[in-house]
Amino acid sequence: MLRQVEGSRAVAETVARCRPDVVAAYPISPQTHIVEALSDLVAEGRAGRCRFLMVESEFGAMSACIGASAAGGRAYTATASQGLLFMAEALPNASGLRLPIVMTVANRALGAPINIWNDHSDAMSQRDAGWIQLFAASNQEAVDLHVQAFAVAESLHVPVMVNMDGFVLTHAVEAIDVPDQEQVDALLPPFRPLHVLDPEHPVTIGAMVGPEAFTEVKYLEARRQLRALDVVGEVAERFHDVTGRRSGGLTSSYRLEDADVVLVGLGSLLGTAADVVDELRDQGMAVGLLGVSCFRPWPFEVRDTLARASRVVVLNRAVSVGAGTVLGGDVRLTLAGTPVVVHDVVSGLGGRPVTRDLLRRLLTDAAEGRLSDHELVFADLDESLAARALESELDHEEVGP
Amino acid sequence: MTELKLYQVGTFAAGNRLLDPSQRTEQSHAGRANSITSGHRACRGCGEALGARVVLDAAMRASAGRMVTVNATGCLEVFSTPYPESAWRVPWLHSLFGNAAAVASGVAASLQAQGRDDIRVVAQAGDGGTVDIGIGCLSGMFERNDDVLFVCYDNQGYMNTGVQRSGATPAAASTATTRPVGSRVGNAFGTGKSLPVIAMAHELPFVATATVADLHDLERKVVTAMGMHGARYLHVLVPCPLGWGTSSADTVRVARLAVESGFFPVFEAHDGEVTDVGRIRRQVPVADYLRLQARFAHLFGEPGHPDVVARLQRQADRSIAHFGLLEGEPS
Repeated sequence: MLRQVEGSRAVAETVARCRPDVVAAYPISPQTHIVEALSDLVAEGRAGRCRFLMVESEFGAMSACIGASAAGGRAYTATASQGLLFMAEALPNASGLRLPIVMTVANRALGAPINIWNDHSDAMSQRDAGWIQLFAASNQEAVDLHVQAFAVAESLHVPVMVNMDGFVLTHAVEAIDVPDQEQVDALLPPFRPLHVLDPEHPVTIGAMVGPEAFTEVKYLEARRQLRALDVVGEVAERFHDVTGRRSGGLTSSYRLEDADVVLVGLGSLLGTAADVVDELRDQGMAVGLLGVSCFRPWPFEVRDTLARASRVVVLNRAVSVGAGTVLGGDVRLTLAGTPVVVHDVVSGLGGRPVTRDLLRRLLTDAAEGRLSDHELVFADLDESLAARALESELDHEEVGP
Repeated sequence: MTELKLYQVGTFAAGNRLLDPSQRTEQSHAGRANSITSGHRACRGCGEALGARVVLDAAMRASAGRMVTVNATGCLEVFSTPYPESAWRVPWLHSLFGNAAAVASGVAASLQAQGRDDIRVVAQAGDGGTVDIGIGCLSGMFERNDDVLFVCYDNQGYMNTGVQRSGATPAAASTATTRPVGSRVGNAFGTGKSLPVIAMAHELPFVATATVADLHDLERKVVTAMGMHGARYLHVLVPCPLGWGTSSADTVRVARLAVESGFFPVFEAHDGEVTDVGRIRRQVPVADYLRLQARFAHLFGEPGHPDVVARLQRQADRSIAHFGLLEGEPS
């Protein structure tokens, strides 16, 4: 049933319906409303038998989830930005131990300078942590992805991160359909752990592995991630069967038929981008949009779609300093050997809005050959401010001995 | 327990054969759990291996085998689980170095949610994983009063990484990062922390210290702790032949001298108040304890540092006075 509700609240209600055993949380903006709501839901008895652990840090939150999951429980936490980095040590530990924890990341910039607003530098920084990473384009999708995340995680025994844009989604009140308990139960059977701390069957979990077997463990982990490319799609199909709603999957396509210039992006900017695509199509431009819902594992199948375009504009809300962007790199690798021109573009850092004007200009510039395809484009840079600062920086720089 | 007068070793410790069978240690029982089996890769004379065996077997008995364990990174983890081998016969989970307490909290919460909270949770770490890198998570577990017994095996340094100083290393000790070079006489005075006292400040239901020199006392404390709920802390002094430069045959002897010199106070506290202390039967000079250890050898050479030894003696004297450790003193 559609009702007006804040994104965070809707996610919290959905998580509660996923019947978690333990929610561990440490507050950080813009994740706070999710865990506040979960605290209430648990206290009100509306989250079943769930225990709510108020831990002392994000490192503690992920660690408590590791323990909760290894003890056979369904575990959930949420964080953002610095918090994600503070638990970074525990992320590959959770995936390496094959614990299907689900975590919301309310995407936010990384400091310094400290900035609480939305971009994707937090999630991108953890792309190699062995977690499946899903990105929500809307609050409805954020809600739906949480149910799917538990299903994907527990089918592969791999943890899943659900990314939703901080503030833009977490704090937006809009019409959302929170899946009801029956639907969630239909998609999410009781959790069956791979290995569990049990006095009846004592096992050693987390042994030390040396050079004789470490490579094989990592190979299996890589293979498992690639299996997720099938499972993510299968779960999205089952979700559609149960709810009648299309959400998730590996990618979303918008007006890609005969598109000459394709915009690739992820997160909430996809809504704005679709509007711009409509506008430019009305003006006769052959543009289209490819949204990445599943960022890790990377959906290499986009090659077939993207290879039909002549230009691809990859829009990132994160910079891989010194090397372009993560998403841009992934797309270039995917299109290696094709004549498609790839434009690697950064915009929307630290909460700067990605506007229709900006997207319109980007696509038009790309179509008319005015957009660089060999160096990283900072699309919404205040060039005069940056030039002044750069000049002064170079003045004070000492070069050489 | 039978009051035994065994003045020759200066302690109340007694061999099992002198005791009534009902008073003998868990280790003397054929039915002990053997929580950590022989064949692991600890050094000869390892105090931590001994401590862990005694603690876990006692905890297994106290919980009727309904127990799971969480282990921090460190010697105990490394020497017990080189893949594909494991020395553990209890459910055992190792995650990271600094998070054993939080992992254990998560295990306890999960078991409660699942209605399996008859299963008890014991977490183990060395002093690095407890007093330094693990203190944040540990303090969280303490203040939330999570239902976990956390055991610190204190060998007073980062022995697994090659004997570097930790926040539990005593003053004047030589470690790989506090070598007595230049004007430095080992680890600096006025540094380090007492985790048992910090734990008491959290007003935990149970805090205690013990050593591997008195296994009856150690087992009794484990059983007491396992009979209680909430956050409980046990700090066990475990000499390290490698890091302390002691003979591997002297592990128990060195631990005993740490107690008998007043250098390591043995006590038990409930709800933040000391309720019992391990009395010193026959006090020995701190120098007797220090001399057996190569990490203090620089204090005794030529010219040596008698002033530093005197300062360490004063430390022990303060500890003896603070806890009322001498027999006949009011506690």
